[in-house]
Amino acid sequence: MIQYKPGKEPHPKEHRLIFKNVDRVDWDTSIERFLKEGGYEQLKTALKMEKKAIIEEVKTSGLRGRGGAGFPTGVKWTFIPPNNTKPVYLICNADESEPGTFKDRYIIYQDPHQLLEGMTISCFAVGANTAYIYIREEFPEGAQILEKAIAEAKAKGFLGNNILGSGFTLDIYVHRGAGAYICGEETGLIESLEGKRPYPRIKPPYFPAALGLYMCPTIVNNVESLCHVKHIIQMGGAEYARLGTPRNNGTRILCVSGDVVRPGYYEVQVGKVTMGEVINDLCGGLKQGRKLKAVIPGGSSAKVLRADERFNLKQPDGTMKEIGIEDIPMDFDTIAACGSMAGSGGVIIMDDTRDMAWVLNNLNNFYAHESCGQCTPCREGSLWMKKISDRIVAGEATPEDVAQLETIAYQIDGKTICAFGEASAWPTESFVAKFRDELITHTSTKKRGQIFNPVTKVAAAGLKKQPA
Amino acid sequence: MTIPTELLSKIDDVITHYPVSKRSAVLPLLHLLQHHFGYITDEGITWVAAKLELEPMQVMEVVTFYPGFRQAAPGKFHIRVCRTLSCAMAGSFELMDNLCQLTGIDRSHTDHHHSIAVSPDGKFSIEFAECLASCGTAPVCMFNDDFFEGVSADKAKALVADYGSK
Ligand SMILES: Cc1cc2nc3c(=O)[nH]c(=O)nc-3n(C[C@H](O)[C@H](O)[C@H](O)COP(=O)(O)O)c2cc1C
Ligand code: SF4
Ligand code: FES
Repeated sequence: MIQYKPGKEPHPKEHRLIFKNVDRVDWDTSIERFLKEGGYEQLKTALKMEKKAIIEEVKTSGLRGRGGAGFPTGVKWTFIPPNNTKPVYLICNADESEPGTFKDRYIIYQDPHQLLEGMTISCFAVGANTAYIYIREEFPEGAQILEKAIAEAKAKGFLGNNILGSGFTLDIYVHRGAGAYICGEETGLIESLEGKRPYPRIKPPYFPAALGLYMCPTIVNNVESLCHVKHIIQMGGAEYARLGTPRNNGTRILCVSGDVVRPGYYEVQVGKVTMGEVINDLCGGLKQGRKLKAVIPGGSSAKVLRADERFNLKQPDGTMKEIGIEDIPMDFDTIAACGSMAGSGGVIIMDDTRDMAWVLNNLNNFYAHESCGQCTPCREGSLWMKKISDRIVAGEATPEDVAQLETIAYQIDGKTICAFGEASAWPTESFVAKFRDELITHTSTKKRGQIFNPVTKVAAAGLKKQPA
Repeated sequence: MTIPTELLSKIDDVITHYPVSKRSAVLPLLHLLQHHFGYITDEGITWVAAKLELEPMQVMEVVTFYPGFRQAAPGKFHIRVCRTLSCAMAGSFELMDNLCQLTGIDRSHTDHHHSIAVSPDGKFSIEFAECLASCGTAPVCMFNDDFFEGVSADKAKALVADYGSK
């Protein structure tokens, strides 16, 4: 029986694979502790397998990327050109920068060897001899923990030259970012790792699996995705695929924040719990006397869902079924069918005390700050949306400004180099569509064209607390 | 600008992590310099460029892009308060006001390009940061490399007192 710290015990509805060792009483980050619990055994198994067979297992497992896009990991690995003669790289995306997401942090801080083992197996499968962990700068201790873990693994022969006598060589290096959200986007990350500004590259042709780091084939995977690989080797792809629901296999860590009694991380089988269970059971419900107003289900870029929305969904047997927000199973496909995305697993809950103009404004400030500036629609549009929502919050906007906000968002979406364009537009598109009346109540009846005082009142509005 | 031997050996070591392209070492070198000197000077930029056989502009453009690099001296303890949604809902703007009051910092002159404000005694500096990936324990902040979660008014007071005495 695993003992967890008091108050940190997993909820009965959880299924802990990746977070098995998080908050354990008798756990630490040392390799000795990891080895006592069968650590690096899956690496030993994998090194005896054919590389192709490992990739097949990962494909069979149905694992979909946990970084945001939900792309099948095994399939991504096969995109390395078959006749490739260049070195292959693997990059672990530990930028964890999508607002609302906080799972990779705990893996890195509490179970670094799990990540290293998953990475090493993955590198072996795709034929990478050099790998980088791109970790956000705001995890300084995390970077140190990883560096220590790498040194320990090297000393025991799990990393470095001729790993466990297999002839396979791998070096893993930790590379720290410097506080820019766009470094989470895989091609921006690669530019950053090359020592440049993190300007994302256009796809095609720059799909990392073909033209990535130093124009060589590069596999970029999220921290959590790489950890799952270890468990897929342990369980076998088919057995792993039994977890979760069809096409939405395995477990995933939901990060819940906002207006619930117990915010935090909950590892569940994908699609086996509903939004209602997440809110009411895992998180202990809303705060006393409050009502649910809205949920952002997959990181701040995901479109907001309104509490009273009804969703008409096609069932496997072809019939249609209407469900409410609390009935949505937490998987990739249903949340997409409801018009949003499961994204990075960051669930932000808002109750009826929240002012939606203020919430949108907070997000617009984020995107305006983080746009890399390469594409005109994104660079100008994100700032424009921020300024308009600043004005709405300050009560200095006209009702037409709300419509204008929407127009701008639709001029970004789909017209940019990277998916940040959508990420920045979707909050505005969805908040305006779903909370239009509330936004309009903030506007004033002043005539358009009237000169407001932009410096003193408006400019600071984005940096204000929510009005009481 | 003198680079102590210990720092120099760290720098030389980190460059070996990028056998294909020394340019990749720009960020790690800037981190090492900033950690040692507190911020990145023009001289530091030229030094990194020479070390990695780059044009100073190639280093400069990196320094000016990333919010994590500073070109002016911060306080002895640099505070970063998370500004993003979950923390804001949990009161990070109040936390910011609170910390400013406790440290005597006036943030009224900050803007997008000059986001850091320093206390009169130079002990503390402060700025907003975007989501620090701990939204479940909001509001959160950092004092230099130390991370703090669930920072209530009392906790903020204790933190400033604690760091103030260091
Ligand atoms: C603006 C933006 C930010 C992103 N931030 C992250 C991030 O912080 N961490 C991450 O793993 N993926 C992030 N991604 C997704 C990555 O581009 C990439 O798809 C992912 O790392 C692939 O790993 P996976 O297949 O294992 O999910 C981001 C994407 C975009 C467009
Ligand atoms: S969409 Fe935005 S973040 Fe992405 S490349 Fe264009 S300007 Fe940069
Ligand atoms: S919003 Fe503050 S840590 Fe994520």
